[in-house]
Amino acid sequence: MRLELEKRAEHSRTMAVLSPLLALVLTLISGAIMFALLGQDPVRALYTFFIEPLTASWSLQELVVKAAPLILIAVGLAVCYLSNTWNIGAEGQFTFGAIAGSLLPIVFPGFESPLTLPLMLLMGIAGGMLWGAIPAFLKIRFGANEILTSLMLVYVAQLFLDWLVRGPWRDPEGFNFPESRLFSDAAILQPLADGRMHVGALFALLAVIAMSVILMKTLKGFEVRVLGQAPRAGQFAGFSRNKMVLFAFLLSGGLAGLAGISEVSGSINQLTPVISPGYGFTAIIVAFLGRLNPIGIFIAGFLLALSYLGGEAAQVSLGLSDKTTRVFQGMLLFYVLACDTLILYRIRLTRAYAPSGKEA
Amino acid sequence: MGGYESIILTVITAATPLLLAAIGELVVERSGVLNLGVEGMMIVGAVLGFAGAQATGSAYIGALCALGAGMGLALLFGFLTLHLVANQVATGLALTLLGLGLAGMIGEAFVGQPGIRLERLHIPGLSTLPFIGPVLFGQDLLVYLSLALVAGVSFVLFRTRAGLIIRAVGDNHGSAHALGVSVIRVRYFAVLFGGACAGLAGGYLSLAYTPQWVEGMTAGRGWIALALVVFSTWRPLRLLAGAYLFGAVGILQFHAQAGGVAIPSQFLTALPYLATIVVLVIISRNRVLTRINTPACLGQPFVPDR
Repeated sequence: MRLELEKRAEHSRTMAVLSPLLALVLTLISGAIMFALLGQDPVRALYTFFIEPLTASWSLQELVVKAAPLILIAVGLAVCYLSNTWNIGAEGQFTFGAIAGSLLPIVFPGFESPLTLPLMLLMGIAGGMLWGAIPAFLKIRFGANEILTSLMLVYVAQLFLDWLVRGPWRDPEGFNFPESRLFSDAAILQPLADGRMHVGALFALLAVIAMSVILMKTLKGFEVRVLGQAPRAGQFAGFSRNKMVLFAFLLSGGLAGLAGISEVSGSINQLTPVISPGYGFTAIIVAFLGRLNPIGIFIAGFLLALSYLGGEAAQVSLGLSDKTTRVFQGMLLFYVLACDTLILYRIRLTRAYAPSGKEA
Repeated sequence: MGGYESIILTVITAATPLLLAAIGELVVERSGVLNLGVEGMMIVGAVLGFAGAQATGSAYIGALCALGAGMGLALLFGFLTLHLVANQVATGLALTLLGLGLAGMIGEAFVGQPGIRLERLHIPGLSTLPFIGPVLFGQDLLVYLSLALVAGVSFVLFRTRAGLIIRAVGDNHGSAHALGVSVIRVRYFAVLFGGACAGLAGGYLSLAYTPQWVEGMTAGRGWIALALVVFSTWRPLRLLAGAYLFGAVGILQFHAQAGGVAIPSQFLTALPYLATIVVLVIISRNRVLTRINTPACLGQPFVPDR
């Protein structure tokens, strides 16, 4: 038995829609097996993980709170990956955006005006862009691999945050806890309804709409795609590879920074040593599951937000490890990538002796 | 002098996991495959190495478990990227994310348990020599293995027919295929070798570097190993120098802290990551050097035509 790939004459549109769904089903099946191995009733575990969080209004709000940063970051990453630029340091840009935006309410707590919040958001975006600009600059100027530099900067940003909240930015009245002071009301993103959901969710919605328009309707969107799929053709068309690297990093960094400051201002209301359950990395999965398409990312963002909530629910009611979430997320990405093969190729198992008889 | 001796000993222990992981990835990349999942394979190696040692009481069996864990994940990566021609960068990331999740889940039972240390070898007569003894003849088996691997990989890659085939596959898979080389099979072997090395590197962390399980204990070492491969311009001997240099950077922070240097600990901890960026920039600046040495088909998918 050998596994063979046969190239399709053109993209399979059916498979493009079906492949994420197929990946999802395979993930659920693998999850059921994993739960069974852990000695749980698989049906009950899957129900707790993926359905129960959808049955209460507070947890639906929580779903939006968790989906918003994922979607914001992932639409930016989609532009990177479409243009073949590999920013995997969104977690660092998220963190640095949160730090930059928090400068105002922490260092100048007396500055309370209608301008406070807009300034914070702008500084958050700028912080994320700055952190994203570093790997872009190193790539353009020196040819340094952006995958590795952007990832290294995640650790640097996290350690910088850790130093700030244990050192200079520690709350003087905080009983020595590693936390900054609480933000004043003027520095807090207002809740949308009675609950945890806040204005940050609207940013995600806006980003999805704006990015859909940019990618589908503008020359820039075309440029992104051409440089990603046919770099040589892009060069002949006069598109600059270097400018695209900078554009992609600034855009994704800025959006990650906005997600960071929104999370801190809207949900946490202060800086703590850890401000993200890995949103920047999970957003990579969101981007791929959403097929690098803003609308798809919107849906995928909610799905992965659900995996966070499900993990918490499973921890509380089944005593499962909260790490189960990460396993689910990792499996999902694996299956998505595997199923995407079906878009370009037909897979068949053959017994036949291939004339060349050479490949494994 | 005891002080220098202990510093050199800690540098060796810090450099060994980097060297193990990087020498494996070097072979993988020489065959034209970019596996970014080193961090994931390492951390699963670390947790299963620890588990294996706990279950059997033997650190050596632990190391074998670590090796097997790395190979298992590498096989998964190979199936996706070689058989299903999935994007190598994305699949490598997936491997890392999955590995971190799996290791965290499996490791929860082991948090806080005392580990079993890989014993240091004792060669009668030699290990007791002053200074030279403990440094040269008193290391654990994996330190010698890592050095032997560097010599072995260097020899195989550049002095044997097998090495020629690996490099041919990495530099021009089309031509290699036309000459009758099974590109996919060669790459599978390379990827599995890389997985074994990465798993072992992880096992070294939980069995020798700090014999215990700590969540996220690889702390980016898999990524630093990837950077070391670039730094070495895909040459084993330069890799050896790089790994020991980074081992020294990693150890520097502990000695600086112990010596009461008035720099916040977070800045010292950030040193290896910053050093990685600096080193990448320095090496990549010389574009001719990198262009000559980078395997030409690195990261490119290969589908045999029929």
